[in-house]
Amino acid sequence: MVSTQKDPVLAVLSLSGGNDGLNTVIPYANPLYRDYRPKLGIAEGQVIPLNDELGFHPTMGPLKKFWDEGKLAIFLGVGYNNPSYSHFRSMDIWHTCEPDKIGTEGWLGRALKEIDPNAENVLTGVNFGRGLPRALVMDGVPVASVGNLETYGLLTGIEGENQRDQALDVFGRMYSPAVGRSAVLDYIHSTGTNALKGADILATAPDKYTSNVEYSSTVVGQYMKNIAQTHLAEFGSRVLYTTSPYNGFDTHANQAVLHSGLWSDVSNNVETFMADLKDHDASDNVVLLMFTEFGRRIGDNGSGTDHGAGGVAFAVGDHVKGGIYGEYPSLEPSQQEEGGNLRFNTDFRSIYTTIIEDWFRMDAQPIVGGSYEKVKFL
Amino acid sequence: MADQDVALMAHLLRRAAFGASRDEIEAKVAQGYDNVVEELLTPQERPGIEDDLLMRYQPAYHEAAAIETNIQAWVYRMINNPRQLQEKMALFWHMIFCAGHSKIDSGQEMGRMIQMFRDHGMGNFRDLLYRLSTSPAMVYYLDNNESHKEALNENYGRELLELFSLGVGKDEEFNYSEDDVKACARAFTGWNIAPPYPPFPYGRSPWDFRFDPADHDDSEKTFLGETGNLNGDDVLDIIARQPATARFLARHLYNYFVADDVQIPAWRLTPPADMAAIDALEQAYFDSGYEISAMLRVLFNSDFFKAEGVRYAKVKNPAEMVVSTLRMVGEHREIQPGLFELSQEPKYMGMDLMNPPTVEGWHTGREWIDSGTLVERINFASDLLGNTELPGVQSLVDRLMARGDTLTPDQFVEGCLDLTGPLTVTDDTLTELRSHALKGGDLSHGSPAERADFARRTGEMFQMIAATAEFQFE
Repeated sequence: MVSTQKDPVLAVLSLSGGNDGLNTVIPYANPLYRDYRPKLGIAEGQVIPLNDELGFHPTMGPLKKFWDEGKLAIFLGVGYNNPSYSHFRSMDIWHTCEPDKIGTEGWLGRALKEIDPNAENVLTGVNFGRGLPRALVMDGVPVASVGNLETYGLLTGIEGENQRDQALDVFGRMYSPAVGRSAVLDYIHSTGTNALKGADILATAPDKYTSNVEYSSTVVGQYMKNIAQTHLAEFGSRVLYTTSPYNGFDTHANQAVLHSGLWSDVSNNVETFMADLKDHDASDNVVLLMFTEFGRRIGDNGSGTDHGAGGVAFAVGDHVKGGIYGEYPSLEPSQQEEGGNLRFNTDFRSIYTTIIEDWFRMDAQPIVGGSYEKVKFL
Repeated sequence: MADQDVALMAHLLRRAAFGASRDEIEAKVAQGYDNVVEELLTPQERPGIEDDLLMRYQPAYHEAAAIETNIQAWVYRMINNPRQLQEKMALFWHMIFCAGHSKIDSGQEMGRMIQMFRDHGMGNFRDLLYRLSTSPAMVYYLDNNESHKEALNENYGRELLELFSLGVGKDEEFNYSEDDVKACARAFTGWNIAPPYPPFPYGRSPWDFRFDPADHDDSEKTFLGETGNLNGDDVLDIIARQPATARFLARHLYNYFVADDVQIPAWRLTPPADMAAIDALEQAYFDSGYEISAMLRVLFNSDFFKAEGVRYAKVKNPAEMVVSTLRMVGEHREIQPGLFELSQEPKYMGMDLMNPPTVEGWHTGREWIDSGTLVERINFASDLLGNTELPGVQSLVDRLMARGDTLTPDQFVEGCLDLTGPLTVTDDTLTELRSHALKGGDLSHGSPAERADFARRTGEMFQMIAATAEFQFE
């Protein structure tokens, strides 16, 4: 159980496409790894060792620092029973905690409802990216979805500050409450007012922000920066979410080059993000979770890897108890998941349960849809 | 041209088509309302999109595997198919006969399913149900391929009754029992797909429906009171003659084309808003032998459809918002770059085409709107309508100028609302728009400077109109 002076905040970076866990946290001393990865295996000399058995991909040096400081939790063999090999379905399962039926509510949507039941703050949950991930969807929970924080707002196409201010003024008055409208029109008016309020507040974040660090100009870099800007502006946001470019981690081909680029980008920006928060004395109440919808096939296909099952996930933060959680799934053929995949041993809902209970201090059962043993990383 | 004729035609084209440009609306008025309805209802008698030509420009659309390409090709058709009601009906059935890419994981199968709706969506309902039951994508989506003589899976059998034909209940009664669900599922055992090749490394192959007699439950079944060795065909015959099926279709058509109804799970206990309208549609269903076009003919020619009270009584769904705005300003009426980005817009507004959230589909009406989607809707529409460099918007500016050498602020607002609809707004909204226009004074277009200012102010007013709550409706 963690206690901080400030309200706990969860930042999430979803690694879209199915990250190859085997080449992320590498069982470099295991001869089977060499057998299964004739083309894509990372040479032992290049691996960044974590211990005698496991090591990081060579591009993950910046994350190794958090490991050395004891602030990085590595979850091995993460997944769920009867794995789905479809990006969409598997991502949906991670978002909704509903492996057996199609769910419509997200686990973080349910968490936000619990945190701010009357939706008093329109920015309790903020997503960076266009379109709301299912994880954040919940009836009665307003979540701002920000494509670009620098330009976010209503009527952003209007050129000239003065013209836009005037238009927003008209908008504000058109959407103000009035009697005698239809229920639907009323609802749209109050939604519009909320949106305007949220946009007005968010628009101040970039101006308030000064920093000594430099994020990369990639999507991940810019959205991690936006998360930092929003957190540092102290709007009371509790869940800040973003997703790496859609299916970017889906490395069926040319994986050696792609995967290095992806992890160098993620590692550098996570390092920058944590340094940014620390510089502002604002890292104390943040946990960053990184996950992906599934791992990839144990054997490479000569150029890349196909969809798999058990994968890896990470959590970083001042209050994270660094370490390895879960077992590395066996590479022995008899121990594999059907189809040549790694069998999961840590249910992803165990990680969620820990976050909900030990970070947000709420009852996880209704949020993740069941009781799951906690992973004691907080 | 009488204003009320323009308003009625615009209403018809917002519902039976994805809207239209002002020029098109006026051309249709000249054709006459009844003729336009007939034209919409008989797509086979007029040219559609020339597929050969489209595929030459966009070879990537041909049997495309990627879901994004299939969505893009569909949005292109929504904008450009001269047989507009076909596209409207394809969307109608996609929102009822929900199957989604999240499970099917094949863009090509989703594209084939939508093509089936496009080709047969105005035909015979019994025939459509047969095509649906033999659609490989649907068989897979609702696990009928997992339903065996010895191990029944009720998923398709249940949803066919609950969501695709009878509905849970009407007039407070239930339309079928749990035993009917089981009998229905048993009748569809053996309706399967031929085993597809694994997708990697060469990509997917098209799926085929296959009936497997050895896996079909041949024993006696009782379904909705009829007993015999029923197979799926017999079940569809029985379904087609149920009053509940007529009610289900009538209510869906009313909800989609006339005015937002309550959400579907509430239909058993909540009577239709306009019972006489539902009666007329049910009558057309039986009189025609289950022809969907016959129901639509009654609907579009009815007083309940033409009534002023139902205009702008429906919240635009995201596809309608995107496509009708593009058609209003005349963009992407031919193949041009940038369609991929536009075809993603409905998703940003909460409607991930070809991937409905569940088999129950999207919640419609006001549930399209939340603080995230409203921002997307407003910014999308106002960016397009406010861009006076687009030829379609320029032509609206020209039309406005043609209304007089000088326009008072009130005339100006009235003109702008007329050309973007004609849109009816509440008095409060009208007051705000007028008081904004008043600040700029009268508008003239004699000198080049005046013309530039006229265009600028028109673009600005269009942006504000696109931002109104009223513009969210159709």
